Amino acid sequence: MGIKWDEFFITGDPLILGSQIAILLTMIGAVAGITYLKKWKYLWTEWLTTVDHKKIGIMYIISAVLMFFRGGMDGLLMKAQTSRPEMEFLNSQHYNEIFTTHGVIMILFMAMPFLIGLMNVVIPLQIGARDVAFPQLNALSFWLFFSGAMLFNISFVIGGSPDAGWTSYFPLAGKEFSPGIGNNYYAVALQIAGIGTLMTGINFIVTILKMRTKGMTLMKMPMFTWTTFVTSILIVAAFPIFTVALALMTFDRLYGTHFFTVSGGGMDMLWANLFWLWGHPEVYIVALPAFGIFSEVIATFSRKSLFGYKSMVFSILGIALLSMVVWVHHFYTMGSGPAVNSFFSITTMAIAIPTGVKMFNWLFTMRKGRIKITSAMLWALAFVPCFVIGGVTGVMLAMGAADYQYHNTLFLVAHFHYVLIPGVVFAVFAGLYYWWPKMFGFMLNEKLGKWHFWLFVIGFNVTFMPMFFLGLNGAVRRAYTYSAESGFAPLFMLSAIGSIVLAAGFAVFCYNIYWSIRYADRNISSDPWDARTLEWSTASPVQFYNFAKLPEVKSLDPFWHMKKKNEGLTLHDSEIEEIHMPSNSWLPIYMGVIFGIAGFFLVFEWHIAAAVAGIGIFAGLIIRSFDYNEGFHVSKEEIHRIENAWRKTEGEVHDHVS
Amino acid sequence: MEHHQSKSFPISHVIGFVVSLVLTFAAAGIALKTNLSFKVIMWIIGSLAVIQAGMQLFMFMHLREGEHGKTNLINMIYAVFMVIVIVVGSIWVLTSGHASH
Ligand code: HEM
Ligand SMILES: [Cu+2]
Repeated sequence: MGIKWDEFFITGDPLILGSQIAILLTMIGAVAGITYLKKWKYLWTEWLTTVDHKKIGIMYIISAVLMFFRGGMDGLLMKAQTSRPEMEFLNSQHYNEIFTTHGVIMILFMAMPFLIGLMNVVIPLQIGARDVAFPQLNALSFWLFFSGAMLFNISFVIGGSPDAGWTSYFPLAGKEFSPGIGNNYYAVALQIAGIGTLMTGINFIVTILKMRTKGMTLMKMPMFTWTTFVTSILIVAAFPIFTVALALMTFDRLYGTHFFTVSGGGMDMLWANLFWLWGHPEVYIVALPAFGIFSEVIATFSRKSLFGYKSMVFSILGIALLSMVVWVHHFYTMGSGPAVNSFFSITTMAIAIPTGVKMFNWLFTMRKGRIKITSAMLWALAFVPCFVIGGVTGVMLAMGAADYQYHNTLFLVAHFHYVLIPGVVFAVFAGLYYWWPKMFGFMLNEKLGKWHFWLFVIGFNVTFMPMFFLGLNGAVRRAYTYSAESGFAPLFMLSAIGSIVLAAGFAVFCYNIYWSIRYADRNISSDPWDARTLEWSTASPVQFYNFAKLPEVKSLDPFWHMKKKNEGLTLHDSEIEEIHMPSNSWLPIYMGVIFGIAGFFLVFEWHIAAAVAGIGIFAGLIIRSFDYNEGFHVSKEEIHRIENAWRKTEGEVHDHVS
Repeated sequence: MEHHQSKSFPISHVIGFVVSLVLTFAAAGIALKTNLSFKVIMWIIGSLAVIQAGMQLFMFMHLREGEHGKTNLINMIYAVFMVIVIVVGSIWVLTSGHASH
């Protein structure tokens, strides 16, 4: 197989050597720590083999926070490199690798799992179900995502990172122009993670259609459930396109086919076309659940039900539909001609209409509400103006003719960070502060939360606002340096300073998690925000079977009405029945590991080894086919004991209703 | 929750699988081993693809088990929409303007 061992580990760069040592030490430290604390068994039975949607959600969120750290480091490195003209901190190759991994990690391994994690924790609770429709598949989704993410992340120390941008356009990404193995990581790791995401989409569609509790019609679903539902449909619509495109890319790179190459009859633009057929819906896949989170947070802290519920639902559906027919706006300049460019300009601008409707709905929800300024609410408030800046610059970019000016400049980079950071990052922070007590039974510190908020939001604006002007002045994206004569230096410097403030905000966030785990008050009610939806009607942290008695829904904001009318809050002994729950399984994590190994061999083009590992994948599938484990039953006594523990005083939950 | 379906041998799946293979190899053979003109080849393999897609719908997708009429209708509309967007859309985008030259 001709393995070049000397090229296996990346050597010769002090930054990377430092990371290699750090990774090694962290791994040794983790293994030693777990062994010392005798936590292996706990880890295995409570987390690694779990099929509980809440724990899976938490694992998604932990991974996402780690990935945010990694992607954020990449961002800081880039900002450091461009802080002065002609800096010699990163060379051009290193810069290429870093913006590529930054883009991929932030979107696919930070934004997606963060939102999917919150969906996992919250959705079954919001619809009054005991788990998702396919719990074990859900665990498999997580482990495939995790496997893909880890495979992608080791690229910078083993074998070399992909360096053709997060879009990996051909011909650059092809074997001809990128002969190293770096871009194989892109093709293989994203494929593995993508399978996981696709299964999540299917799982949540079925869950939301089939598992809603009695009385919860589609038009009585909470807004986060609605957005998750539509996002899942978009996942099922769009991800297969990416799967196919990546498979073709893999064939081109590994087996010498010519789907996208310039020579041999391939068509390089076909890649761009397929990529964005997936890529544009993808940005709505991450934006829609975020909109759902803001809807929940704004309604709760304005203490009113969401304004214009129906128009909200229809605008989500409208956005989803339109998002499938706008993809060409990412490559107007490839020259598809005036008819194509005009069509896609119009569809793109049309998206502003339903989005505008949502904006006004949020504003009207707040109007005359008794607004409580909590950390979660602050993120939602900051989202509105920041996202509008992102949206308005989006409409500017949408115009095909004008895009010839903006295309590939930092104006675009500023635009999509103004959409993705308020639209996704603010949302997951809001969601985390909001649902944290539900997940763990204590709150994040509000004071630190406000420090986190202000540093992050100010830092974000100072980082990315200058980029709009740099872009209009002609600074191109993906360029590792610029000359002093360009006059770009002051704005680049300002932007770099902003990124330090932003990083300080993130540091406070991490410190807040640490502080709250150590010191936060454990003695809080199960409904600390006086919220409106069903997840708050059960214990915090939620008992593994979610609801002793499945709630019955009569209106929107069901829990709010249950509290007002004092209905359905108590549990009589006679109502307790045995509960059927799914068993843990080692198969999902096994599949994650074996997919990771097979993928790793494939990246290095060790085909025989990959085929052998592939047998392991089939073995897993076969074992699963003959797996007749029907789960277990929770006895009445146990339910009784668990319910008594948190329902100490009857109706404690409606403390705060006014 | 559990209801086991009848465990008879899935004969239609096997037939569907074999026919799919035949159609795929036929397409590959026509594309690689014949001297027809480019246009003719594209039309033939395009038609084979459509036939295969239709066949799979019947053999694999439970289209004939008509209990869920409304669901099927929604699924079909969805599928047609996706095909138009992806296939027709791609062809339009990739063949108009100077992208085609
Ligand atoms: C947290 C602070 C962040 C900083 C400091 C940052 C900074 C940057 C910089 C400097 C670039 C490259 C500009 C260039 O082309 O030279 C970039 C590109 C990019 N960023 Fe960020 N970013 C941040 C967060 C995010 C987030 C949260 C996302 C997505 C959810 C994201 C997605 C992207 C993408 C997709 C690219 C394009 C990569 C490419 O050109 O292939 N970034 N970012
Ligand atoms: Cu787009």
